[in-house]
Amino acid sequence: MSRAREVVLVLGAAGLVLAIAWFVPWLRFVLTIALAKGLAVLGILLLLRAGQVSFGHALYLAFAAYAAAFGAALVPETLILLPLAALGAALLGLVVGLFVVRYREIFFGMLNLALSMVFYSVLEKFYAITHGTDGIRLPPTTFAGQVLGAEAQGWAMLSLALVLSAFFAWLMRIYLASPLGQALAGIKTREARLEFMGMSARRVLLSAYVLSALMAGTGGAVLGMTTRHVTPALAYWTTSGELVFIAILGGAGSVAGPFLGAIAYELTRVYAAALVADAWQMILGFVLLLVILFAPGGLWAIGRALMGGRRQA
Amino acid sequence: MSALLSARGLKIAFGGLKAADGVDLDVDDGEFLAIIGPNGAGKTTFINMATGYLRPQAGKISYAGRNILGMTPRQIVRLGIGRSFQLPQLFTEHTVLENAALAVAARDGIWSPFSPLLRPRFKQEAEELLDRFGLLSQAGQRANALNEGARKLTDIAMAVALRPRLLLMDEPTSGVASSDKMAVVEVLARVLRQSGVTAVFVEHDMEVVARFADRVAVWGQGRITALGPPDQVLNDPDVRREVIGLAPGEASHAAA
Amino acid sequence: MQAWLSENTLLLGLAALDGLSYAATVFMVAVGLNLVFGVLRILNVAHGSLFAIGGYVAASLGLFITSRGLPAWLSLPALLLAAVLTGALLGPVIERLLLRRVEKQEPVLQLLVTFALFMILEDLQKLLWGVQPVVSDAPVRLLGTVDVPFGADVIPFTAYQLFVVPGVALLTLLGLVWFLRRTLAGRMIVAVTEDREAARAMGIDAARVTLLTFSAGAALAALGGALASPTASLVPGVGAQTIVLSFAVVATAGLGRVEGAAVTALLIGLGRAFAVYFEPELEVVIPYIIMVAVLLIRPQGLFGVPETRRI
Repeated sequence: MSRAREVVLVLGAAGLVLAIAWFVPWLRFVLTIALAKGLAVLGILLLLRAGQVSFGHALYLAFAAYAAAFGAALVPETLILLPLAALGAALLGLVVGLFVVRYREIFFGMLNLALSMVFYSVLEKFYAITHGTDGIRLPPTTFAGQVLGAEAQGWAMLSLALVLSAFFAWLMRIYLASPLGQALAGIKTREARLEFMGMSARRVLLSAYVLSALMAGTGGAVLGMTTRHVTPALAYWTTSGELVFIAILGGAGSVAGPFLGAIAYELTRVYAAALVADAWQMILGFVLLLVILFAPGGLWAIGRALMGGRRQA
Repeated sequence: MSALLSARGLKIAFGGLKAADGVDLDVDDGEFLAIIGPNGAGKTTFINMATGYLRPQAGKISYAGRNILGMTPRQIVRLGIGRSFQLPQLFTEHTVLENAALAVAARDGIWSPFSPLLRPRFKQEAEELLDRFGLLSQAGQRANALNEGARKLTDIAMAVALRPRLLLMDEPTSGVASSDKMAVVEVLARVLRQSGVTAVFVEHDMEVVARFADRVAVWGQGRITALGPPDQVLNDPDVRREVIGLAPGEASHAAA
Repeated sequence: MQAWLSENTLLLGLAALDGLSYAATVFMVAVGLNLVFGVLRILNVAHGSLFAIGGYVAASLGLFITSRGLPAWLSLPALLLAAVLTGALLGPVIERLLLRRVEKQEPVLQLLVTFALFMILEDLQKLLWGVQPVVSDAPVRLLGTVDVPFGADVIPFTAYQLFVVPGVALLTLLGLVWFLRRTLAGRMIVAVTEDREAARAMGIDAARVTLLTFSAGAALAALGGALASPTASLVPGVGAQTIVLSFAVVATAGLGRVEGAAVTALLIGLGRAFAVYFEPELEVVIPYIIMVAVLLIRPQGLFGVPETRRI
């Protein structure tokens, strides 16, 4: 795909999202949430390149969402609060990463899960600070110094989510093409060789881990500031599972996959919940099974096959 | 000539098996040293110890006068000791070119995240390297699609890309079709001589040994049982009986 | 310290008894998970759902027995029946229809298949048993309580939790150890766990071993759920809770021996019970703290064997 065509596609996709939000107003919220989750899924995708599955990335999502909730009183400006919350998550990712990058496969997955569960129960049990399962409501914040009404704030968050999604997707592509990103993929196939080439596989994985925490944190901050209500459920392991789910649903072959997957996931969820209130999870489960059994490349691969294109974006 | 790599009194055992039981071995700067011996004698173990993958239970190893015992593979590689593997250790989902470029990048530092691996400089050097190994026509293939000979060569090319001063090769010709074997070794020897690399190689094919080694070490029962120029060692009756499997006096092309 | 101990003897005793019975159920789930992982190399996220379903089926059977006025002692064998039913019906179906089809896929896809199954089974439970707590405590009432002497005091504790739950776990442990070491089928399972290809080459029918192992693992999880059902009310989400805890046990124990799962389950079960009585805020966290601490010191887990890569 040529560069110009790609830019047109990205702008077209963004325009489509905005158009849907315009014509079906209640979907604006759903789409913003989907993009926020897509950002976190981008982080999952990065680690999947190294063959590692984090079953605990909800930790960074929830951490940044709570950071935004607590920080909103101190820093009532969206455009400052959001990067601060995301950077906080990246810093946490660095600390946790120094520990977890020593492990692989199920140990890597389970340690991430364990740490996110620790955070979950901290959120749940320390009621005095976190209000337990009731969660915290976010006070209103300004956007670029402006006090916006609910409607304008909604549009601002959606636009911000679109810009962030495009930025991180672009950043990740550059990263994946770089020697560091290629070495990351080498961890999946022949980690020992990296060491015999004088590289530290752990440091390679750590760099990806911190970046993935940053992306999950960005998603979490957008999520918190959009829903304006954060609860411990954000950190529960099923949220992490959901992120991995979306990564596979969208397809691991492209940085567009997470956003495609997240939008499909959220729309299915909303409509399934409206259709059969008690069985939306079951419907999503069947969707996931169908994708894995019949289209393991995810929605992205299906789309590519339909378009007749062969090259990877 | 002074010793580039020097091992003294190396000992290591796995369970009851003594893979090294007091091994002394010097590798001279600039030479090609072949290590021969029966399977399971400890030849690969020697390479693993010299590259920091295994730690000997006793003994010393120094490289260019410097003690390297207890260093990690990563540190040892950085000092200039490269290695290739009996089972080629390739990034199977990458192309041959990417494998080579990654090795070039590994030497040059990979922490420049904003330009692609296949930036002109890395790509050019990787292509030159593959060209020298006769692999350029397969540069675009995935590593797991290659035949065994090409896999071996790619594996060695990646080690050479790091510009080692000493290269340890574990059975560079095993698995290579016998019709290709001599061609592969010719390529290899030429590249190594051109780059002035000192080489140690574990080898089972006596023809290869006779043709390319400056010296031959025989590894048996965890010890070096013979050491010297190929025509001398390969014609030693004990070596012929125990390692090569020929009766003394029986004709062999090994000594040709 | 001394004063604290004498003041809290009762609580300590209660925590120990609770912890023992809790550890027993956790062991049942974790050991099945471990077995299944060993043979299939899949971390079965839906394993916790099988625990929940086993519990629900047992509770339903218990309620049926009570409502029909059948002899109360029947509620004990009903627990076993629930486990066998769940394992024998769901196990083969899941293995044949789903897991076998993704045998050759990437590990993350295999993991996600079980996650999808988890989502489906979670809602299935809600559809079949509703969202209100389900309780059938017939076995507990049947056996009454026992006074356990603790220092100068006695602790009245249910005989069910004191004897039946740990007893079944102990029998399971001994039975499994015997089965895996002494029987042909067991040795086949061990062989496939250690090296699937080599086992195949020796003529072992790996597909059958896989089916058997998965069904047995499912039955063990269901038995754990059935055993837990009389003392805990079943609510949606119990499967999700159980599976993360068993993950912690399996990762802490490391992959491998059945005894490892038992010791670790005991460690984590007791740890959690003591937290419940003394630092309730830590209840959920304790298993993970234990796991993180263990893996810091032993990266392969308490009983795992470090893998050496052949190069």
